[in-house]
Amino acid sequence: MNSFTEYFRGIFNGLRSLFQGLGVTGKYFFKPGTTVTQQYPNNRKDLKMFDMFKGEVIMPHNEKNEHKCTGCGICEINCPNGSIEIISATIVNEDGKKQRIIDKHIYHLGMCTFCGLCVKTCPSQALAFGQEFEHAVFDRTKLTKVLNQPGSKIMKGVE
Amino acid sequence: MEEPIKAPVPEQEEYVINMGPQHPSTHGVLRLVVSLKGEIVQNVQPHIGYIHRGIEKMCESITYPQIIHLTDRMDYLSAHINNEAVCLAVEKALGIEVSDRVKVIRTILSELTRIQSHQLFWATFGMDLGGLTCFFYGLRDREKVLDIFEETCGGRMIVSYNCPGGLMNDIHPNFQKRTKEFIKYFRDTLPEYDRLLTGNVIFQERLKNIGTVTREQAIAWGLTGPVGRASGLSCDVRKHNPYSAYDRVTFNEIIYNEGDSFHRYKVRMDEMWESMNIIEQLIDNIPSGAYAEKMKPVIKLPEGEYWQSVETARGELGVYIVSDGNKNPYRVKFRSPNFVHLAPLNLMSQGAKIADLVAINGSLDLIIPDIDR
Ligand code: SF4
Ligand code: SF4
Repeated sequence: MNSFTEYFRGIFNGLRSLFQGLGVTGKYFFKPGTTVTQQYPNNRKDLKMFDMFKGEVIMPHNEKNEHKCTGCGICEINCPNGSIEIISATIVNEDGKKQRIIDKHIYHLGMCTFCGLCVKTCPSQALAFGQEFEHAVFDRTKLTKVLNQPGSKIMKGVE
Repeated sequence: MEEPIKAPVPEQEEYVINMGPQHPSTHGVLRLVVSLKGEIVQNVQPHIGYIHRGIEKMCESITYPQIIHLTDRMDYLSAHINNEAVCLAVEKALGIEVSDRVKVIRTILSELTRIQSHQLFWATFGMDLGGLTCFFYGLRDREKVLDIFEETCGGRMIVSYNCPGGLMNDIHPNFQKRTKEFIKYFRDTLPEYDRLLTGNVIFQERLKNIGTVTREQAIAWGLTGPVGRASGLSCDVRKHNPYSAYDRVTFNEIIYNEGDSFHRYKVRMDEMWESMNIIEQLIDNIPSGAYAEKMKPVIKLPEGEYWQSVETARGELGVYIVSDGNKNPYRVKFRSPNFVHLAPLNLMSQGAKIADLVAINGSLDLIIPDIDR
């Protein structure tokens, strides 16, 4: 007798648990308002990443095509995997003194691990993270970028 | 009477199959060489090293702040807690006391990390055992935690948010609001997990009394985390050796005595509730203060050996640093929980069916990059 009730209780509990699960999925099936899917390639226009998002390292320039990089090379030292190469040049500035400036700030996006150390340690806050995340290219060499724009100068007042 | 069909492999003979390295239920590149007799598992031999990157060796040639970003890539589901372990070890060696603000933020983020890791465990465990719906629901809720990470830390999984002496940047103004919203949402959603999977009779039948580990075995094999606690071993580092802000919150250490796959699952489900309790105690009173201590540009640890262990989502992660006074460590050793948890897989699955092997392997919640490092 005991095993008999046990048997039916087992079947009943089993069925109940199955319907409980179906209840959960059914709830979402009949409530399309709870959908969270993003229509990714189609919503490109209004897809906005968070300000902090680490998409790539960039060097912000102002409207006069000026940046803040002094060419000190601290970011190069701090990068754990050699994603940054600094090529500096020496010029004679208006006061007649020799000054070291940045010639090329080369950034290998393909090697970057987004640790954020370059952005954090730059003494003149010349670097920042950009929000661009669609980095797929057909040719790997396209991932090597020069961050200071051609013809750009260092901002006045940045040492 | 029909004549029995002659089996291609004689019944008494063992045969060997490879499960993995490209098998979805090993959650990564783990190769299990399984000897079978019929459907019964005789012996399981894990072959590891497919994703070995030599992280410990790499650490010897880079500076302490640079080590942080490598620890993200060990147990990528506990990235934040791994970061914290290295930072705590370095801070301990230098004798730096970080501000209360840093401690509280680290604790909140660690618990969020634990929640999202257990959510993914629930999702993939359900999928391993044939419930694909779990995978979608688990990832849906995990997305909300990842958004919090993304807004504050800049990364979703690979956060690199800690640095020796504090945090990389201050929390985002939305952080508290978003976290509270998530807790509110998840308190309503977590019971759904139970209705969908925990109570399911097929699920229970497949897990109960499968892969049992006794308390003595757990101690002998060095099991920690949810795997150890399911066997009745009290091993929560947060309780026994509190770090960061764990000494100022109250929470229960979840312990079950059964030690089977089902209770390993149960520990994780209950831990999510506890994590939410911890976050709720802290989120409204994040003290003000500096988000990072002023550090020297080049960090050199005094000569000596340093050890710090933390509780990741999978167990005890230990960081052992030997310093010879230079800016690079002389030797770094990570005691990773997954490596230890893989070892008794043979013991757990001997005599079980091959389908049970998938369940046992899933219930250990292994992260392969953490095993291979
Ligand atoms: S980006 Fe910053 S750290 Fe790097 S060279 Fe320029 S000024 Fe120096
Ligand atoms: S984010 Fe890290 S890895 Fe990338 S360039 Fe900067 S320092 Fe190098």
